[in-house]
Amino acid sequence: MTIAISVNNLSKRYKIGAAQQKFQYNMFRDVLMDTLMTPVRVYRALRGQGMRGTTATSTIWALKDISFDLEEGKVLGIVGRNGAGKSTLLKILSRITEPTEGTVTVRGRVGSLLEVGTGFHPELTGRENIYMNGAILGMKRAEIDRKFDEIVEFSEVAQFIDTPVKRYSSGMYLRLAFAVAAHLEPEILVVDEVLAVGDADFQKKCLGKMGDVAQQGRTVLFVSHNMSAILRLTQEAIVLKKGQLIKRAPTPEAVDFYLSSGQAESGQRIWEAEEVPAASQPFRPLAIRIKDRSGNVVDTIRSTEPLTVEWEYQLDAPITALRVGIYLSTMRGEYVFTSFDTDDARQYEQFGARAAGRYISRCEIPADFFNEGRYALGVNASSFGVKRYFMDENALSFNVDISGAPGTQWPEPRVGPVRPRLDWKIEKID
Amino acid sequence: MTEIVKHEPTTIYIKPSTGFAALNLKDLWTYRELVYFMIWRDVKVRYKQTMLGAAWAIIQPVLTMIVFTFLFGRIAKLPTDNNIPYPIFSYAALLPWGMFVGALNQASRSLTSNQNMVTKIYFPRLVLPLASILSGLVDFVIAFVILIGLMIYYGLTPSPNAIWALPLFLLLTVVTALGVALWLSAINVQYRDVNYALPFLTQFWLFITPVAYSSNLISEKWQLVYSLNPMAGVVNGFRWALLGTNTGPGPEMAVSVLISVVILIGGLFYFRNMEKTFADTI
Repeated sequence: MTIAISVNNLSKRYKIGAAQQKFQYNMFRDVLMDTLMTPVRVYRALRGQGMRGTTATSTIWALKDISFDLEEGKVLGIVGRNGAGKSTLLKILSRITEPTEGTVTVRGRVGSLLEVGTGFHPELTGRENIYMNGAILGMKRAEIDRKFDEIVEFSEVAQFIDTPVKRYSSGMYLRLAFAVAAHLEPEILVVDEVLAVGDADFQKKCLGKMGDVAQQGRTVLFVSHNMSAILRLTQEAIVLKKGQLIKRAPTPEAVDFYLSSGQAESGQRIWEAEEVPAASQPFRPLAIRIKDRSGNVVDTIRSTEPLTVEWEYQLDAPITALRVGIYLSTMRGEYVFTSFDTDDARQYEQFGARAAGRYISRCEIPADFFNEGRYALGVNASSFGVKRYFMDENALSFNVDISGAPGTQWPEPRVGPVRPRLDWKIEKID
Repeated sequence: MTEIVKHEPTTIYIKPSTGFAALNLKDLWTYRELVYFMIWRDVKVRYKQTMLGAAWAIIQPVLTMIVFTFLFGRIAKLPTDNNIPYPIFSYAALLPWGMFVGALNQASRSLTSNQNMVTKIYFPRLVLPLASILSGLVDFVIAFVILIGLMIYYGLTPSPNAIWALPLFLLLTVVTALGVALWLSAINVQYRDVNYALPFLTQFWLFITPVAYSSNLISEKWQLVYSLNPMAGVVNGFRWALLGTNTGPGPEMAVSVLISVVILIGGLFYFRNMEKTFADTI
């Protein structure tokens, strides 16, 4: 067997800190101060000390010492929580960014589905965008000519092909974009979370297309938070954690390892004192976390198990009529529900007025509630009609794995954010 | 299902670049179709959803010419070379100047405005500033039609040199614009100050370029220093080829060309060196 990708001691270091600090002009005084500090900043920038120069630049290793080989024609899954280095790895493989250390040898053209729709211009028609996007992805014009009809057919937008894409619905737009990318025929295909794209039917079609690609003997790297997709499409997977490769195994084993281990530092959001706006006073959020049945802080929960949300906060002064709660939404931004700790009238009588001190508000979301995918947890602390102390629409996100959930014997995506286990009764009436 | 054509795939080695990056212009050649498509896209969408459309390519230089004629020709009574009528004297300079400024504006933003391309796919980044400069040529050609009209109206015939000289001076405009744009676009990736500095830069540059006035107004001993501005060479060359002024090839022109080439080569190396961090810092 020939080796398609050979990764040797690959590391990537990013500068953080200084560059991440955003311009925040809250008051005229800040603007003035910033202006007066300009000469200092320019001097530091010229000496290569980073954008703001006010804080020491620190670095993080997004990837540390990764090595693996991948044989031609194999499909490799890459799993790991957000920030584990998956995207960085794909970016290095597709030559978007350079590694800091180590080498990669890639045999063949790398095509990535990171870039669905990149270079699409709203004023151009579907037809024009196919050519434009194809060229950006590295296809030759003759190649696009040859595949044009197939692309149009796959995208299901044939009748609008000469309409500017700004008139397309977002679904049509994504379908067209994916169709172009899917018809690129690289020797190595890199796929990152395409399954978040489009409706359920189209997702199914994309999965089918990926299956075809793999059967044609092409090498595929597949990144997803969707464990069932990983299980369905890959035979082998690697698990990344904090930039390190911690496991390489046949997919079922790797997924199990990923779901049941070592993800404890995720599934939690901690607010540093300087992240909390002064306007929140006297309310001060400390941390929010998601725990599984056995009390471990987790990033991925199983749909078949209940989960606990814990919000820890500090009141620097007593607050009356307080309610502390969560919003839950899908990654597509649809709200699933909103709930507050004093929704219950008796609870409100007891805890509406809270003395200064440190608190935890905790609730359990029952088993058999979530559908598969990724969900965002937002937080809100307010006194109705008086003041909203603190709000963060996207404090934390987590994944739901649906192994064992109702209906999983059929390998199809189910629409809707919830996946309840309903008590069906079937009666023969005749 | 499509057949895959089996051919021996090329092997790519990815490793941290050390020292000075090679220019790797071969890579740019492989992506020449992308350059073509980017130009085509720019041209296609430039005047979309405007009422006057491509007429803008004419309106800008013509209106500037009218204002210049009024201010500098009538009121300030600036002398032109060989008593050439002021309108055509200034228009012949406004053509390459407009091309230059337009190209700088587009190209210096080309990386930041195509941010999603830069952070999501590999291609030689040079494609972006290059394509946005070349797409300005279309506007140039449209505005050139007016020049022909003006020449007929004033009964002027270009010197025979125009046939070979105009393309060369146009090339010099492109080279200068590309050289400067490479510096600016690469800096713009990290420091968006470029967006604020650019209008000021082009305005200042207009003052030191003989667009509204004749370079013969500069005293003899300053001529060489004056021609350190490559755009002075471009404008003088255009006037020489079209209107037969005495500002043709000579030592001053050589200085302009040299500076322009130096800026381009420096820009290419600077750009290539910064290129590896574009996706991380943009």
